[in-house]
Amino acid sequence: MSYVLTCPNCGPREVTDFGFGGEVTTRPSGHPSPRELNTYIYFRRNVAGPQREWWVHRSGCGAWFLAERDTRTNEVKWTALPEDAPGAATPDPVSSGEAR
Amino acid sequence: MRDLFRKRRMWKFSSELKKRYDVVIVGGGAHGLATAHYLAKHGVTDVAILEKGYIGSGAAGRNTTILRSNYKTPEGARFYDASVKLYEGLATELDFNLLFSQCGHLTLAHTDRAMFVMANRAEVNRLEGIDSRLIGPDEVQELAPSMYVGSDTTYPIMGALYHPPGGIIRHDAVVWGFARSAWEAGVELHPYTEVTGLRREGDRITGVETAQGTVEAGTILNCTAGWSSLLCDMAGVQLPITTHILQACVTEPVKRFLDVVVVSSQMHVYISQSDRGEFVMGSEIEPWTTYRMQNTLNFLQDLTRHTLELFPQLERARLLRAWAGLCDLSPDYSPILGRTEVENFHVSAGWGTYGFKAAPIVGKTLAELVATGRTPDLIAPFALERFYEDRLVSELAAAAVSH
Repeated sequence: MSYVLTCPNCGPREVTDFGFGGEVTTRPSGHPSPRELNTYIYFRRNVAGPQREWWVHRSGCGAWFLAERDTRTNEVKWTALPEDAPGAATPDPVSSGEAR
Repeated sequence: MRDLFRKRRMWKFSSELKKRYDVVIVGGGAHGLATAHYLAKHGVTDVAILEKGYIGSGAAGRNTTILRSNYKTPEGARFYDASVKLYEGLATELDFNLLFSQCGHLTLAHTDRAMFVMANRAEVNRLEGIDSRLIGPDEVQELAPSMYVGSDTTYPIMGALYHPPGGIIRHDAVVWGFARSAWEAGVELHPYTEVTGLRREGDRITGVETAQGTVEAGTILNCTAGWSSLLCDMAGVQLPITTHILQACVTEPVKRFLDVVVVSSQMHVYISQSDRGEFVMGSEIEPWTTYRMQNTLNFLQDLTRHTLELFPQLERARLLRAWAGLCDLSPDYSPILGRTEVENFHVSAGWGTYGFKAAPIVGKTLAELVATGRTPDLIAPFALERFYEDRLVSELAAAAVSH
């Protein structure tokens, strides 16, 4: 189902305006083993339910921002720039990379 | 005479779950049913298939019925070639008309880069003994006289990868044929039986929890495609998979004018004409993950625009239906098949857009793994472990979807 995302800078736009950056992941700290790094690079939770994820306003201001979306319904709970996002500390956008 | 009108059932559903099965297959689609069919050939018939919807309600009934084996890696090409060979004999084996038509498969190239990739694939294919070659625009026009191959288009056709053994098959018949065969061998089919949890003790799964009760199982197979991550999560197994929707649609039946399957990776479209005359068309995967199987407007816009570039004749054709199915994408677009770190829990996942093509060979190899305890050579490169070790089998650019 097509849906609308609200860019924190530009306001509501169709989802086709945006690039999907994947679920938010946490980079392993310290000196990770190759196995830990590969887990971080390839493995995903892929939840059916609320998911915190990265988006980029590709056809707009180009900003990376966070969203919480229910993957069962595509209902978007909120969108926010990383520093304004509710809850946990901000992971880095490089980690997810803009979708393949 | 009366016999003609007798209501015949191809199979019956089992009402009650037993306490224990040798093998529990989660997912009543093409892969799960095929595995049950081939397990019976190994003499393993104490098998239950648990399906959360109706039989064949997932990707098995939502694909665009295309079969082919012209993949990019030797591992992939070998694997899918074995699948096409099994499909060739499947109607006889299942005693069920699957309407398999090996009408040929064209992957159009619109750029120099695409021509290079097609040439590469043709070489890999031929080394594996697969009939596949690069052809020019003239031969493309000969094979698909109704297609517009003029140079005044957005993406003029420079050539194509031609794969004569590719074609289309009746996907529902494949599901029904496997289901009947498995049921006749004594396999229990349990539709509307959703798995709600897996009990794990150490390195083994001891119980499968469903709304209808808990069952014990010797071996559990995860054949749930788009939902693989969720079932694996219940087993404490992580997968490198994301779930996306892939969409397709079908026009009203029109007089026959296309005899081959036409695919364009540049335009993200694959088109065939079914035996009934309907044009079946599929398009690009949506880039965002979702479990909601509903169409998007941009899909219909892009797909119809691209289809009309190739087949302007369809301008006034009406669409009968459009639908979406779930795809379980792996990072290298190759499947994840066989063992996991849990001893008696095996997966068939990460199929992306290729699952239906692989159904018989998945069934055969998974059944061999369960029956003998050894991983067949054919599927060894597709082990889950490869992602932990960074040994990918990249099928990037081997399909019409960019993933």
